[in-house]
Amino acid sequence: MVPISYYLVLSAILFGMGVLGFLVKRNVITLFMSIELMLNAVNLAFVAFATQWNALSGHVFVFFVMVVAAAEAAVGLAIIIAVYRTRQTLNPDRVDLLKL
Amino acid sequence: MLHPILFFVFATLCVAAAVNLLAQKHPINSALSLIVVMVSLSVLYLLLGAEFVAAVQVIVYAGAIMVLFIFVIMLLNAGEEEHTHGSRVALLLGLPAVSLFAGLMVWVLGRRPGGAHLGEFLGPTKEIAHLLFRDFLLPFEVTSVLILIAIMGAVVLARREP
Amino acid sequence: MNLWLIPLLPLAGALLNGLFGRRFSRAGVTAVALGFPGAAFAWSLWVAAQFARLPAAAIPYSETLAAWMQAGAFRVNFAFYLDQLSLVMILVVTGVGFLIHVYSVGYMAHEGGYYRFFSYLNLFLFFMLTLVLADNYLLMFVGWEGVGLASYLLIGFWFQKDSASAAGKKAFIVNRIGDFGFLLGMFLMVKTFGSLSFGEVFPAAANLGVEGSAGVLTAIALLLLLGACGKSAQIPLHVWLPDAMEGPTPVSALIHAATMVTAGVYMVARSSPIYSRAPEALMVVAIVGCLTALFAATIGMAQNDIKRVLAYSTISQLGYMFLACGVAAYSAAIFHLMTHAFFKALLFLGAGSVIHALSGEQDMRHMGGLRRKVPWTFATMTVATLAIAGTPLFSGFFSKDEILWKAYSSPQGSPVFWAVALFTTLLTSFYMFRLWFMTFFGERRTPAGDHTHEDHVHESPPVMLVPLVILAVLSAVGGYVGVPHALGGHNSFAQFLAPVFATGEEVAVHVADAGLERLLTFLSVLAAVLGFAFAWVLYCKRPELPERITAALGGLYYAVANKYFVDEGYQAVFVRPVVEGSTEILWRGIDVGLIDDSVNQAAAGARGISGAVRKMQSGNLRSYAGWVAAGAAAVLAYMFWVGTR
Repeated sequence: MVPISYYLVLSAILFGMGVLGFLVKRNVITLFMSIELMLNAVNLAFVAFATQWNALSGHVFVFFVMVVAAAEAAVGLAIIIAVYRTRQTLNPDRVDLLKL
Repeated sequence: MLHPILFFVFATLCVAAAVNLLAQKHPINSALSLIVVMVSLSVLYLLLGAEFVAAVQVIVYAGAIMVLFIFVIMLLNAGEEEHTHGSRVALLLGLPAVSLFAGLMVWVLGRRPGGAHLGEFLGPTKEIAHLLFRDFLLPFEVTSVLILIAIMGAVVLARREP
Repeated sequence: MNLWLIPLLPLAGALLNGLFGRRFSRAGVTAVALGFPGAAFAWSLWVAAQFARLPAAAIPYSETLAAWMQAGAFRVNFAFYLDQLSLVMILVVTGVGFLIHVYSVGYMAHEGGYYRFFSYLNLFLFFMLTLVLADNYLLMFVGWEGVGLASYLLIGFWFQKDSASAAGKKAFIVNRIGDFGFLLGMFLMVKTFGSLSFGEVFPAAANLGVEGSAGVLTAIALLLLLGACGKSAQIPLHVWLPDAMEGPTPVSALIHAATMVTAGVYMVARSSPIYSRAPEALMVVAIVGCLTALFAATIGMAQNDIKRVLAYSTISQLGYMFLACGVAAYSAAIFHLMTHAFFKALLFLGAGSVIHALSGEQDMRHMGGLRRKVPWTFATMTVATLAIAGTPLFSGFFSKDEILWKAYSSPQGSPVFWAVALFTTLLTSFYMFRLWFMTFFGERRTPAGDHTHEDHVHESPPVMLVPLVILAVLSAVGGYVGVPHALGGHNSFAQFLAPVFATGEEVAVHVADAGLERLLTFLSVLAAVLGFAFAWVLYCKRPELPERITAALGGLYYAVANKYFVDEGYQAVFVRPVVEGSTEILWRGIDVGLIDDSVNQAAAGARGISGAVRKMQSGNLRSYAGWVAAGAAAVLAYMFWVGTR
């Protein structure tokens, strides 16, 4: 039998890699994908806890997370498209007009 | 006996795909890696007895969202990444933070014992439906409004100016 | 008896003129300015009449207006105190003050700031009357400070002139040094007696008995003396009075001759129960007075500005009064105070009349031969000069002789005091007649090339002459209240004041020896005549002699003419170090360097910190993510650390 903690550890690892990706990658779409990875890791944690505590609301919550992730991906990609049109680049380092 | 093997196989697949996502330079490769991660996660959900979630994961996440990503990548004709050194802080502060974070999480979460059994079907879809449309009705409705707003936002933002 | 009316009537006049005088006409300002002091004088006369009918047990009469402060057992009230001494003072102050107000109407007729002048003058009367009527030292101190303020305002009346405003400041600052002594004396009094009101301090002092050597009473007396030196321009705080001549002449007459400068004498006389029981302090008072009298008289001989001569004369005569106090002859001091008020005010007003006639000329070397041009002024000033020189039958003769006799015969006195005072009488006579000759006799010595004034020399208007005449009459006959027994009189003045100065056990006063007194009187008359003779020789008969004498005396004359360089000495020893110290240490060092700099450093520090923090806003997405990750990790670590403890 696999202890729940293994799933949780996996979730932690995936989350860490998502953050790492966000810090390291230089393409804004890849940045987004790292965010999706983080959200997935969290979903795994939710389901694992739902199994542990025998509570179905964990699954419902995962459902909501996915919906929100979908909405966020849609809008975010639209923004990326708009930024690409104006700045002609997908490199977040080049989009630094807010620099003081 | 099958349970641990399946777990480790797909867990390894998850991590490997995630590493690949970070390692690849072209975003399309990263996208495909992410799809692999999602699918293996779906299997892990099945192992945890969450059938509905697993299905939704494949349909919505891997099937819709990632497709959207790929569409955008192809639309923008994104090429390989450049080598820019934008921020030292990100690496200087971020890497230690991440490792600390992950390490802590692993250490804390790893201390809990408690097994899960293959085949313990926790989540009949009917029960989830009951929860969703009864106890969580308000969040459900709000989410639908959220999606509506997202649609409108996406349309407006991505519109080509005449 | 409503004593409070006496000080508050002039205050009302001061407030009216001060606040609204700008809108009144000249006549209106004059009416207010003269009406209120006049009313105060009339009320003083009425009070005097009431006083005469009081039984002896009701004196001193005390009237409390309101409570002022109370701290535990210590209590001070707004209260007024009337006994023979304060009665004499209020009559002198209001009477002479009123005459000078009348004179000023004429003198200041063409000046700007007319209402301001009279407002200040009335304000001065208010404070002076508070001073002499106060029932306790603290209220007296209020009046004391107030007259210093009024003096400052009036000396610097023509404030656009640098010398005038500087003189005002000097007067105020030097007074403050004296006030420091007064304050310390009051503190010591509170500590010793637990009270500041006359009714409690004097009986308590009486209980302490005569001090054999320096004790607390001596300390109090010396500290009060310091205050008196400041106010009455005795050595070493005399330096402000000659400079105070920058003010208009009526101011010099009222404040720096008749009333304010006598406040010190009044205070010492009022504190007689304390002084009489501290023989060492009395000795100091007498020495100070004696030295000042001599010192100022020598300087007065070499001055050429008519007002300066009178200023030094005032210092010298105040020295006489202090000498009298120092030999425990307080009533003699007050007597001289009264007669001095008459003739010195007259001298100043007359000098003002002369200056007015000459359209502003003050240097005696440019005067001369005025006795036909300004006859009334000449006549009245002659009376005053005779009085101050001590000519028999005039008021100054009786008062000065009283002092000389007491200096010789009192147990506190000594022949040395008498000899110095006698010599000073000679000098006084000399320089006063010198002034008289130089101003009114001989030929007019106009400054070279200036012939325009010759035709405009005119007598002063009646509004200025009437006070002169009244004061002349007083200077002539004012002494008859104090004719000593040796010359056949009853010395009513001393008898009148005796109850004030005879409280309990004090140093015994000698019984007069008539024959000796008559001899000494004769000697003083001789001194006066000698002085007149010298002046006549040097300034009338052979005018070329003074120059030869001054040339022969060379350095000595130079020192005397320059006031023995006392001002320069103070400047070098006190003023310059303070100014330099302030500039270098307090201003540049502490204010700019430390305080301003610390504020500037704080601002620079803030700027630096904000500059460093600003770097966080790099606009770079990934660095923001880095910061977020770091923060999240820190929070997580903290929560785990707390949770696992």
